[in-house]
Amino acid sequence: MNELRPPGTLGAALLVARKDLAIEFRTRTAFLSALVFAVLALCIFYFAWDGSIVSPTELAPGVLWVVLAFSALLGLQRSFGIEEHDRGIDALLVSPVSRESIYVGKAIGNFVFLCAIQVVTMPALALFYNVRGGRPLLLVAGIVLLAVLGIVAVGTLFSAMAVNTRMAELLLPMLSLPFFVPVLMSGAQAATRVLQGRPVAEVAPLLKLLVAFDIVFLFACTVAFPYTLDE
Amino acid sequence: MTSASLRHAVASEAAVSEPPRSVFGWLFPVAVLAVIGIYIRAIYFTPIEALQGAAQKIYYVHVPSAVGAYLAVGVTALASIIYLWLRDERADRLAEASAEVGLVFLTMVLITGPLWAHRIWGAWWAWWDLRLTLTLFLWFVVAGYLVMRGGLDEPAVRARYSAVLAVLAALLIPFIHMSVYFALPRMHPMPIVFKPSEPSLPGEMLTTFLLSMGAFALLCIALIQARYRLAVLRELAEHDEEGTR
Repeated sequence: MNELRPPGTLGAALLVARKDLAIEFRTRTAFLSALVFAVLALCIFYFAWDGSIVSPTELAPGVLWVVLAFSALLGLQRSFGIEEHDRGIDALLVSPVSRESIYVGKAIGNFVFLCAIQVVTMPALALFYNVRGGRPLLLVAGIVLLAVLGIVAVGTLFSAMAVNTRMAELLLPMLSLPFFVPVLMSGAQAATRVLQGRPVAEVAPLLKLLVAFDIVFLFACTVAFPYTLDE
Repeated sequence: MTSASLRHAVASEAAVSEPPRSVFGWLFPVAVLAVIGIYIRAIYFTPIEALQGAAQKIYYVHVPSAVGAYLAVGVTALASIIYLWLRDERADRLAEASAEVGLVFLTMVLITGPLWAHRIWGAWWAWWDLRLTLTLFLWFVVAGYLVMRGGLDEPAVRARYSAVLAVLAALLIPFIHMSVYFALPRMHPMPIVFKPSEPSLPGEMLTTFLLSMGAFALLCIALIQARYRLAVLRELAEHDEEGTR
């Protein structure tokens, strides 16, 4: 009888995330295209500056954040885009899971998706831009993790909203990018300083800001999400 | 529902016994006259600042526009919270009206700021200027808000989405503020009038400045009112059209 009990909020969220990731794992279309996009963008940006004036190592953190923001948009677009076919979202809504669980589940799915892309992109960045590995790069990976959390928090909500409008592909970046500003600004500044070998204490206020953004927007968007669904 | 009863429903919702006859009420010409009066005063009857020269006069447009913009954006955020709470269409209409007016005032701020900066700082744009950067991103948020409204046909969905976006944007502003504050060096003229100590502006300039703030606040309210009435009239026209079809 135990299996028939509906799962709790977090349990249901994990089921939603598992569903999304299973779809992604079987088709791999969005993941592969976002990954190729990210690596391709890395290569193209290398030629956008004169290598004899700005050294690639100095360019690296900036490129990392631009590529992160745009590959995130690709992943987020997909998040509720896949529910549009055959109105999959209706099936989710009639299932005995709370709306908050749907949001958290979608956010977990997006978080895993974006982290998976970064797992490939960051070594590629180190390779192409001659960034030394080791502790600074690990610290940057930590900062990226915090930033991805914030991006996913607002991006998942806006993905749900944009998909119901007449111009989803255009509206998602337009709504999301201003909300990414604090994340990108503090994340990029912190990463640049860490890669320059500055002490972590110097970037502590920026990291606190990132953590505060994550907490505030994860909470606010979880509360706001039910409003974006048909009542 | 017949066209007449719909008209009545919309009219009673707009809290007027009769739907507005025209978009502009008496407040609008008053505000326009006040603004014209202020500029005559600012240009001809207010002394020229010794260090900055005539460029300082832009102050009488720039700061009041910013006050108008923040007033309008504040009304949008407040009306959106009220909408989510009471689900009253009037609040949504007010949010839309003041967002549009806010975008106009923000544009004014963003045009006059660089004009002044070019003359005084020698650069059109300074990213490290906290308020300039903040105003720019606020402009993007309000623009996105209005574009999203344009992309939604169902009034109830549009109202809900817009209100959610406006409330989240209100949460976003302090974060942009702090990230610019921590991430970049700062420069912006420090407050000269609204500061803890006494205003350090000569009497005549102070009077012109305060009057210009009043005139712009009036203009802002008059424009929001006009835009609100336009929304009511447009809804009536749409209902009438559906009725005749």
